[in-house]
Amino acid sequence: MIQVEGVSKRYGPHQAVRNISFEVERGEIVGFLGPNGAGKTTTMRILTGFLPPTEGRAVVAGFDVMEQPIEVKKRTGYLPENPPVYPEMVVDEYLDFVARIKGIRGPEVAQRVDAALERTSIGHVRSKVIAKLSKGYRQRVGLAQALIHSPDVLILDEPTVGLDPKQIIEIRELIRSLSGEHTIMLSTHILSEVASTCHRIIILNQGQIEASDTPANLIARLQGGESVQLEVDGPAAEVAAKLQSVAGVDRVTRGSDVAGRPTFTVDSQRTADIRAELARAVVESGWGLYGVKATGMSLEDVFLKLTTTDPVAEGSEGEAEAAVAAEEN
Amino acid sequence: MSNVWTIARRELNVYFSSPIAYIVLAMFSLIFGYFFASGVAFFQSISAQAAMNPGMAPPMNVNQFVIQPTLGNFTIILLFLMPMVTMRLFAEEQRQGTIELLLTSPVTDYEIILGKWLGAVLLYGCMLGLSLISMAVLFLYTRPDWKALLAGYLGMLLIGSSLLAIGAFLSTLTKNQIVAGALTFGLFLLLWVLDWVSQYSTSMVGKVCSYLAMPPHFEQFTKGVIELKDVVYYLSAIFLGLFLSKRSIESMRWKA
Ligand SMILES: Nc1ncnc2c1ncn2[C@@H]1O[C@H](COP(=O)(O)OP(=O)(O)OP(=O)(O)O)[C@@H](O)[C@H]1O
Ligand SMILES: [Mg+2]
Repeated sequence: MIQVEGVSKRYGPHQAVRNISFEVERGEIVGFLGPNGAGKTTTMRILTGFLPPTEGRAVVAGFDVMEQPIEVKKRTGYLPENPPVYPEMVVDEYLDFVARIKGIRGPEVAQRVDAALERTSIGHVRSKVIAKLSKGYRQRVGLAQALIHSPDVLILDEPTVGLDPKQIIEIRELIRSLSGEHTIMLSTHILSEVASTCHRIIILNQGQIEASDTPANLIARLQGGESVQLEVDGPAAEVAAKLQSVAGVDRVTRGSDVAGRPTFTVDSQRTADIRAELARAVVESGWGLYGVKATGMSLEDVFLKLTTTDPVAEGSEGEAEAAVAAEEN
Repeated sequence: MSNVWTIARRELNVYFSSPIAYIVLAMFSLIFGYFFASGVAFFQSISAQAAMNPGMAPPMNVNQFVIQPTLGNFTIILLFLMPMVTMRLFAEEQRQGTIELLLTSPVTDYEIILGKWLGAVLLYGCMLGLSLISMAVLFLYTRPDWKALLAGYLGMLLIGSSLLAIGAFLSTLTKNQIVAGALTFGLFLLLWVLDWVSQYSTSMVGKVCSYLAMPPHFEQFTKGVIELKDVVYYLSAIFLGLFLSKRSIESMRWKA
C-alpha cells in the first residue's frame, strides 16, 4: 500500500530525512516511533503529497506522490500534528466542506458526514462551533476529517497527543477498529501506544530508520532472548549452578534476597519460553519455588536504547549505534 | 469547477459569520452614500444656477454630474477596504495549519486560489449590490444613461477584482494577517500614487509608472466608455495576482 524508496528531505542545509526506505502492506498498522525532530512529521508530509521529497520516490495506494498527487490524495486521509480545523465553523459544516473537497458529491455527502461523526463518537457536538470544543474533541473532529472519504490509507501524526487517558484508550480502539479496511501509519512518542495498536514499528532517529519490526520481535532482538526472574528457597550457590545447567540458559545473576530467600535473573538466548524447565529443575532438587516471572524488556527500554544519543558525549552515540548494529547481526 | 465553488462558498461563509463582512459593507455603504449625496447636492446647485441663468447651456446630465464624480471617488474606498478583505485569505490558513488540509486534499492549487479569490469577489459583489441602491434612487427621479452606468459597474468589478487578486497573493507570503494587510495597503497606495510622480516626468520610467498606476485606467469607465486597453490592464492584473499566488503556494510546499 505504501512504498518508500530512498527518500531524503533537506530543509536548506539541514537534512531532516536521510535515505529511508520501507513498505507497508494493505491493512497493516505501522507505528512511527522516534524522539522530537526525528523526521516523523516530515516523512508523513511527503507521503501525503504536502511536501515533495528532495530525493527518492514514494508510492501510496499505487500512485507516485510526485507524479499523480491528486490520485494519491483521493485515497489518503491525513491527520496532521495539529488538527486542521477552522475554529469559526460548526462541526457539521466543517465535515460537509471536507467531504466536498475530498471529492464526495450529492446526497452522499450527508451520509459520509453522519458516518464519520458516528465513527468518532462526536455526534452530540455536531452543531457546536469548533472553537468551543475541548482539545480532545477537536482531535476527534480531525480524525473524522481524515476518514470521511473512507480512504485506503490513513496517516495520523500523533493522534493521541493532548488527550486524557480515557480518550487515548478510545482513540486507540478506534484506530484498531479501522485496521483491515484501512492501511494506517501513525506516529507517536508514546511507546505503549505503538505496542498496543501497531502490527509493526519503525523507529526513526535523526532522519534514519534504526529498526523496523513487530513490537515483540523488537524486544526479543534487543534483548537477545528472554529474561526470567525466580525466587527460590535453597542454597544460593547450588541453585545458581543448577539453573545454569538448564539447556538454553545463558547467564544467571543473583539479585537481592526477598524475605531471606535468594532471587535469580536467568537470561536465555532463545526466544522460546524456558520457565517450565527452570521450575522443574528447582523442584526436582527439592528446593522451594516461590516465584517465576518472565520480564520482557519494556518498549521504553528499547526506545531508549535505540534512539538515545547523548548530545553532550559524542562517544555514546557511536556506542548506541554499535549496539544496534550488533543486535542486527 | 465544483471544488472552486465549494471553497468560494466557505470563504463567503467565513466573511459573514465574522464581523468582517458587516464592517466592510457598512463602511462601504456609508462612504459611497456620502460620495453619492455630495454628487447629488452638486448636481442640484448646478441645476438651480442653470434655471436662474437662461443664457447658460443646460448641462443637465446626471451621468456627468452625479455618477461620474461618485465613481471617481469610489476607488479611494477600495484602497482602504480591499486589504481588509484579502489579508486573511491565505495568512489565516497558514497560521491555523488548515492549509495542510487544503494542500493534502484532491484539489489543485489553482482551484484553491480561484475559490478563495472568488469568495472575496462575491463579497465585493455584495458591496456593489448595496451601491446600486443609491443608483436606483437616481432612476426614480431622473433618466440617466443606463448603458454608461453599466460600463461604470463593469469597471468597478474589474478594478476591485484585480485588487483582490493582488491582495490574495500578498496574503500567501505570511502567516500574519496584519503583516499581509500592511503589505497589501502599502502596495495599493503605491499603485495609486505612481502616476503623480510621472506627471512631472516624460521619461520612459515615467511612462511605465503612469501605465502601471491603477486609478487612471478606471477613468474612462466612469464616463461610460469601455476601452480595450483598460480591460486588458485589469485582466492582466487579475491574472498576475492569481499566477503569483500559485507560485507562492508551490514555494510554500518546498519550504513548509
Ligand atoms: N519547515 C521546516 N524548515 C526547516 N527545518 C524543518 C522544518 N520542518 C522541520 N524541520 C526540521 O526537520 C527535522 C525533522 O522534523 P520533523 O517535524 O519531521 O520531526 P518529528 O519527528 O515530527 O518531531 P516531533 O516529534 O517533535 O513532532 C527537525 O530537525 C526540524 O527542526
Ligand atoms: Mg512531528
